[in-house]
Amino acid sequence: MAIVFYIAAIVAVISTVMVITRLNAVHALLYMVVSLLSVAVIFFILGAAFVAALEVIVYAGAIMVLFVFVVMMLNLGPASAEAESRWLSASGWIGPGILSAVLIVELVYILFTNARQDITAQGVDPRQVGIALYGPYILGVELAAMLLMAGIVGAYHLGRYRNVMLHRYLHKELP
Amino acid sequence: MLDLLWIVPALPFLGFLILALFGARMPGKAAAAVGVASAGLSALITILIGISFISSPPQGRVYIQTLWEWFNVAGMNPSIALRLDPVSLTFIFVITFVGFLIHLYSVEYMEGEEGYSRFFAYMNLFVGSMLMLVLGDNLILLYLGWEGVGLCSYLLIGFWYKDPENGYAARKAFIVTRVGDTAMAIGLFILFTELGTLNIGKILEQAPLNWAVGSSLPVLTAALLLGGAVGKSAQLPLQTWLPDAMAGPTPVSALIHAATMVTAGVYLIARMHVIFTLAPVILTIVGVVGALTLLIAGFSALTQSDIKRVLAYSTISQIGYMFLALGVGAWSAGIFHFMIHAFFKALLFLGSGVIILALHHEQNMFKMGGVKNMLPVTFWTFIIGSASLVALPLITGGFYSKDLILFYAFSGERANHWLYAAGLLGAFITALYTTRMVVITFFGEAKTHLHRKPTWIMEVPLIVLAVLSTFGGFIELPDTLGHLTLFSGFIQTILPANSAEGAGISTELILQIVAAVTVILGIFIAYLFYYKNPEKVASFRWSSFGNTLHNYWKKGWGFDWLYDKLIVTPVVWIAEVNKSDFIDLIYTFIAWINRVFNRAFSFTQSGRVRWYAMGIALGAIITLTIAVFL
Amino acid sequence: MNTVPMESGLILAGILFILGFIGVLVRRNMVFILLSLEVMLNASGLAFIAAGSRWVQPDGQVMFIFILAMAAAEVSVGLALILQIFRDFKTLDADAADNMRG
Repeated sequence: MAIVFYIAAIVAVISTVMVITRLNAVHALLYMVVSLLSVAVIFFILGAAFVAALEVIVYAGAIMVLFVFVVMMLNLGPASAEAESRWLSASGWIGPGILSAVLIVELVYILFTNARQDITAQGVDPRQVGIALYGPYILGVELAAMLLMAGIVGAYHLGRYRNVMLHRYLHKELP
Repeated sequence: MLDLLWIVPALPFLGFLILALFGARMPGKAAAAVGVASAGLSALITILIGISFISSPPQGRVYIQTLWEWFNVAGMNPSIALRLDPVSLTFIFVITFVGFLIHLYSVEYMEGEEGYSRFFAYMNLFVGSMLMLVLGDNLILLYLGWEGVGLCSYLLIGFWYKDPENGYAARKAFIVTRVGDTAMAIGLFILFTELGTLNIGKILEQAPLNWAVGSSLPVLTAALLLGGAVGKSAQLPLQTWLPDAMAGPTPVSALIHAATMVTAGVYLIARMHVIFTLAPVILTIVGVVGALTLLIAGFSALTQSDIKRVLAYSTISQIGYMFLALGVGAWSAGIFHFMIHAFFKALLFLGSGVIILALHHEQNMFKMGGVKNMLPVTFWTFIIGSASLVALPLITGGFYSKDLILFYAFSGERANHWLYAAGLLGAFITALYTTRMVVITFFGEAKTHLHRKPTWIMEVPLIVLAVLSTFGGFIELPDTLGHLTLFSGFIQTILPANSAEGAGISTELILQIVAAVTVILGIFIAYLFYYKNPEKVASFRWSSFGNTLHNYWKKGWGFDWLYDKLIVTPVVWIAEVNKSDFIDLIYTFIAWINRVFNRAFSFTQSGRVRWYAMGIALGAIITLTIAVFL
Repeated sequence: MNTVPMESGLILAGILFILGFIGVLVRRNMVFILLSLEVMLNASGLAFIAAGSRWVQPDGQVMFIFILAMAAAEVSVGLALILQIFRDFKTLDADAADNMRG
């Protein structure tokens, strides 16, 4: 079981690295899907089968598809790939790299100053999750529902394609 | 009758209020009517009060009318109280009566000038302040009046404010008198600290009880009060402002700088005579200041070409005579000379104003000439005034007053023969410059033609003042001529008498003859030179020695230059150096630091999201480091 | 060997988070920034799951569900905003939208 965990972990890390270094947006999105799938496997190994399924369905299935649609709408062609290569210079990695290295060192240090904990393969039932959701966490559920509602309304409003009526001398090229 | 006293200063103040508030909306005639009426009514009531006071004097010859309590702070509670005694009665008579005549004269003189009602407002305010000065029962009221007349002097000298030169003259007057005022204020502080009161009556009682003759406190106080008097009366060393103050209209020069304000110093010294007698050395200095000033001003008057400046220097010189009189302890003689001087000097100024207006604002004597045929009334009144000024024997008021001073200077209690000699020499010079002025202005051929003639409004005051300067002297006749001491008897109920011991009638007669001879000699010499042989005068004046002397005396013996170099230039230099205001730097430094930090921090607000994310990362790292490792 | 140490899970979550963070800082294209943001969210969810499995409690999974809901809402609104910005600025450069500089 542990082996599977480590393999899935390596896959996740490598694909995430690919995500952040690609020039083509669609390539990056596809690598992201792979990363999400491997994280779902890790969830399964950790005994959380329910959220593993959720990860695949919602995250990889809906959110990434949303990204793909938007990228399609933006119609980023080869010109944008060239722009990306201009924007992505090697020297740009140094600063964030240093900062992140410091962060990861600190994180590892924090983790290893405490005693080791182990995860058993007992796993948690979806039933338990459901009872927890609609029991103690009911308020959170309601709030999440309202948040999603707000998201829908906001996305609809912001994404509307407005046809601005301008005087013919003021006509601008509409995208 | 005496309780109408408060109306005397109240009427001019009321006139000022009316004119200040409504003057701009009143027609000219109405404004003039208000101004003249308030002065006239004040004069009328003063005369009535005077008659009542002389016929039935109150106890101790002092009448105090307390109006209300002014304030009460930490043991100091002056009240608004008016004090009437022979000295202040003389002064208010002169102020209101001469003031009324000058107001009447100004109705025509200032006609057509812009700011007509403003003029009368300021004049009324001046009369009111001067009355408060002389009527005040405590020194704070006196100081109030003192500052008030200083303010009005500034406002009136700079009356034609559109010309900046007038503003400079007004400013100079105010600043120079300010020096004196500060000295006087310190004197008042010392008086209050030491004697605990500023009430005049109480000071005059308590000063001899608390202070010994010649001790340091009365000497200091008297010196400071003298400083104030010297500033207001334009004596040495603060005499530089009066000649420049002639930039104001002629009625202003007549009222303020001849008859009343400049005599405030004389009033102060006379009022505080107890303190001055407690400090004999200062009293001697008063006499010396008077003597020096009268000589310096006399020589300067000899070289002026502007008729008003001649009269200004003449005023300085005559007030020097008053100071001389006070210095030798001849208190009543000084007050007498003040009264007569007010009459003839106002007359001379008003007369010169008529001439100036008639010759279309020409003030240079050398461009006048032949006026005696153009303006006969003015000519004869001017002659009468000049005769009084030179103290022509027997028939002029000036003779009696000046002679009294010279008599006491020679043989009084505090006689000083040097002062007498200075007074005599001064009389000679007075005769010289006065005759010069009269000859150049009135005689000879006319160089400027007549522009307009005065009406009765301007001529009546001249005639009245001429009568007064002639017959006003007859109330005080010396022993040689029938020993009439109406005036000095009147004054000496309040001020100490000066007994001339060992001086019999013969000394007096000799002194009078000497004075008369000097005066007639002076008139004759001036007549000889300026009328008969003007070329000899011109050749002396334009010779190198004569030219230097002329320029030196014309510029007032270099005092202006001296003060400019000593005081004005350093102060201006310091102001220039401090233009960037280094004390302000402390505060501007704080503002500057804030701006520097603002610019530094605004650099971090780049508007770019990734930059902000970097900031968050840095913050997170620092927080984690602190939380974990510290 | 059925056990996986919790630290490994957390370290994995940390690495993924860091990678996403680097992506946010380095990339200039707004779509990529949003994508890296999703990586970070996913990584924090992994951390929750690992902790929840350690204590054998559903709370970790509940938190993950909330994170998921929030990520969904945020992505939809964020992408709509990206579309708006693209219409206004005609470019997807994040540095182009610096009108709030001061």
